[in-house]
Amino acid sequence: MSDTKTSSVAGSPQAPVSKGVSRRDFLNEITMGALGVAGLGSVAVTYQYFSPNVLFEPATTLRAGNPDLYPVHSVTFLQDQQVYIVRMPEGFYAVSAVCTHLGCITQWKPDADMIACPCHGSKFRPDGVKIEGPAPRPLPHFAISLTADGELLVDKLQIIKPSQVLKV
Amino acid sequence: MATSFESALHTLRETKVWKSIFRRGPANTNRTRSLAIFGNLFLHWMPVKVREQSLRVRASYYLGSISFILFTVLLVTGILLMFYYHPAAPHAYRDMKDLQFVVSNGVFLRNLHRLAAHLMVFAVFWHMFHVFYRGGYKPPHEFNWVVGVVLLLVTLFLSYTGYLLPWDQLAFWAVTVGTNIISAMPFIGHRVRFLLLGGNIVGENALLRFYVLHVVILPLAAFVLIGIHFWRVQKDGGLTVKPKDEDGKE
Repeated sequence: MSDTKTSSVAGSPQAPVSKGVSRRDFLNEITMGALGVAGLGSVAVTYQYFSPNVLFEPATTLRAGNPDLYPVHSVTFLQDQQVYIVRMPEGFYAVSAVCTHLGCITQWKPDADMIACPCHGSKFRPDGVKIEGPAPRPLPHFAISLTADGELLVDKLQIIKPSQVLKV
Repeated sequence: MATSFESALHTLRETKVWKSIFRRGPANTNRTRSLAIFGNLFLHWMPVKVREQSLRVRASYYLGSISFILFTVLLVTGILLMFYYHPAAPHAYRDMKDLQFVVSNGVFLRNLHRLAAHLMVFAVFWHMFHVFYRGGYKPPHEFNWVVGVVLLLVTLFLSYTGYLLPWDQLAFWAVTVGTNIISAMPFIGHRVRFLLLGGNIVGENALLRFYVLHVVILPLAAFVLIGIHFWRVQKDGGLTVKPKDEDGKE
């Protein structure tokens, strides 16, 4: 604006001749900018709309009953929760029954002393360690603890190290 | 007989209703024939003239037309199946069983839908290979080739979303495995899976989402893309015909 020639006196009704942005371009840019912001906003709210806030899915914590229910050297499959409760001489641990390959439900094979997946043939030891198969990772261990009234409590959202074992 | 039929047809063509539907007069010259095609919504993506060799079986094996006919069969049988199917967890499986064993001719419609779906995947793939080996992706057909690839993807997504709807063990585990493949995508995989399933497991939300994709969004996308695809075949100068064919040797 400084290089624009403003010959008229200050307060003159004559507008200074500007070589900058014209009114039309200015309004076009404002409009396109507003439309862009509105477009981005509608993408954001649509994304939010498609992410459910309340899910009617199985609970992620489960009570697995009294520890005495499980003999030493046993693997018990809890079908509704898709968890193995394993009791070994060193203590209890909870192993996920969902195959780390593509999410099929594995099966405990007592004769072969291993956990096997029916879909693509992955095999695991009872402590979740992978023996063979396309599964990329061992079966994870879930946090397991005792409630105040002495029942086993498994939290499927909390994954712990396999070395952490519950001693009862 | 013939003369009375012809005169009846002539009288019909002279009525005000006929003339309001078919705005042009009789298509008796090349000009009026072209105008009849250009001026008709349902015909304007059809070519005015077709080269004779592009109509031969070996020019295309009619694979695109077969795919389109199968799509039409799927559209009709799919709409009919929708009258008995509830996309909700306790009903979906029972409705599928009812269609097989209780509803009159239900098993015919369901099998027709299923068979046509399998055949359409097969036909679309074969169509793609045929066009590819013919060099049908070369200029000026590049854009239509890309539209065709997108149509192939839409066909596969239609097939996959339809796979969940019977809500049996096969459907459940196929979609569990398939959506776990999606979650292997770097960074956004788990979010995409969550959005597609509407949750962390293949449950009621997943069934409803796949249903809406299967009966509304994907068929609509296919419909629009097929329209563009047909229109571009004509605008790009018809089928790619090998020079060999023009010699008539084949």
